[in-house]
Amino acid sequence: MSIAPDRLSPDQDDFYNTLIHAHDGLGIEESHALNARLVLLMANRIGDLGVLTDLIKTARRYSDD
Amino acid sequence: MAYDYTPFPYVAPPGLIGTEPRHAVAIVGAGPIGLAMAIDLAQRGIKSVVLDDNNVVSVGSRAICWSKRTLEIFDRLGIGQRMLEKGVTWKVGRQFYGDNEVYSFDLLPGDGHKYPAFINLQQYYVEEYLVDRAREFPEMIDLRFKNKVIGHRDNGDFVTLEVETPDGVYEIEAGYLIACDGAGSATRERMGLDFKGQTFEEQFLIADIEMEQSPFGDEDVPERWFWFDPPFHTGKSALLHMQPDNIYRIDLQLDADADGKAEAAEDKVIPRIKAIVGDKPFKLDWVSVYKFRCIKLDQMVHNRVIFVGDSAHVVSPFGARGGNGGIQDVDNLAWKLAAVLTGDAPPALIRTYHQERSHGAAENIMNSSRSTNFMTPKTPVEAVFRAEALRLARDQPFAQKLLNSGRLSVPCSLEGMDLQTPGTAQVAPGRAMLDAPLASETGNSWLLNEVQGHFTLVGFGDVLLPDLPSVRRIGINQRADYPCFTAAGGHAIRRYGSAKAYLFRPDGHVCAVFDNPTEQAVLAARERALGAELEEDAA
Repeated sequence: MSIAPDRLSPDQDDFYNTLIHAHDGLGIEESHALNARLVLLMANRIGDLGVLTDLIKTARRYSDD
Repeated sequence: MAYDYTPFPYVAPPGLIGTEPRHAVAIVGAGPIGLAMAIDLAQRGIKSVVLDDNNVVSVGSRAICWSKRTLEIFDRLGIGQRMLEKGVTWKVGRQFYGDNEVYSFDLLPGDGHKYPAFINLQQYYVEEYLVDRAREFPEMIDLRFKNKVIGHRDNGDFVTLEVETPDGVYEIEAGYLIACDGAGSATRERMGLDFKGQTFEEQFLIADIEMEQSPFGDEDVPERWFWFDPPFHTGKSALLHMQPDNIYRIDLQLDADADGKAEAAEDKVIPRIKAIVGDKPFKLDWVSVYKFRCIKLDQMVHNRVIFVGDSAHVVSPFGARGGNGGIQDVDNLAWKLAAVLTGDAPPALIRTYHQERSHGAAENIMNSSRSTNFMTPKTPVEAVFRAEALRLARDQPFAQKLLNSGRLSVPCSLEGMDLQTPGTAQVAPGRAMLDAPLASETGNSWLLNEVQGHFTLVGFGDVLLPDLPSVRRIGINQRADYPCFTAAGGHAIRRYGSAKAYLFRPDGHVCAVFDNPTEQAVLAARERALGAELEEDAA
């Protein structure tokens, strides 16, 4: 699943706005911690090791470009 | 070729030598909003006096992107075709990250519309066309240039205005004062109304350049091009638009702490432009450095003083929601004000202008603020999210949709508001009409030309319309004793359904839908749209 279909639109701007505002008032370390918690919560919501492994590999792939 | 700013003549107003009869409506400001307001009222038989402190059209191109909905409204006001002929038609927006195109969008992929998604046309042309059109109503529109309103007083059932001219000061009275005096509205200032909101710190340089060759590359491309972090302007954003007369609009994001005055100087601007267009010859036509705010008034209607356009709400320019939002204000207010002044509707109807258009303004502010936030990340974590969205956008469709360089103006929906009769249909009550081509033995037409301007009941396909003396009726794919058309290309039926009647308001918004339109049901919906169910204004 390296290329995923878009499932956010038409609410993508609402999502992005909520995500960014969740960081209001946090320092950079606190923001890293928030992002980490968010990844863990999303992982639990997805709950499928195969999907999660694929997502992790996909995200990592862009680091190596 | 650069625009020729011919001044409009000043004529000494009668109020300087005697008392003028009370005007029905005084419009303050002869920009696109004030002029459109005067024309819309004139077409409905309402006279107005238009007062402007200046005597030329807009200096600089300013508002250039006019949306499909705006063009449809201008079609009703009589200048839509002229704008379309002169303007640059476009519908595709491309977004670049560095050198690479990451995502493009098509704002109007289908056919069967009289007007395109957008045209680009300098504000000075729009104002010129509106002045020409206004002059076709010499008995209805009293245009007064170099007439600066310096004071006003609301007396409860009329307003007194104090007006300064080159020949001295005079007073007039008007039933209503329509404040179309822009973002810096003196009317608003005098009333001390709170106008605070989000101010963005980033500054933008806006430049119109005139050049024979095209900065888009080898040939003219009538599109909207937006760069995140372009190679010619590292770390910032840039926007390029094409206008008529070989004029191109360039917007460049500057540092928040840049010296605006120094940045607007030719010796600073020209190297920035050369970084984009290379060695192709060009001439600077207009330069401005600006910051912007996103604000709206808490209340657009203050008894006999009504705020329209930028005087009531300002937005960031990304999304073309300023001028287009203001024209939708005019479209919403004019028929209501005319109905109240002719006694067809209770004064309370004017309150619904605030309900409906304040909602529109809030939607415009939300969208343009989000675009601006995306373009100018405020914190390191915001910058990281944006950078990664851009990285993923190379091949992930969802990330391409996240890129936000402006969500371009679309008509505001009035669903669920007081004037609309609840109902279910493909185009729900509250939404603006969708255009469609129509054919008949006597000639072809467009749905917008048949529907806009009056309450109109349209039967699409297999539905029978009742006999109604007070409501215009149109049939699509019907045979009846009222005007009937065929849905050319099937568009009208595809857009509205094959057995449904729709009642359109004079501004082209759907106000009710019917499977079985009885005379009683249609008239009740029309009365509701004219404010019959609103509580009366407190005296």
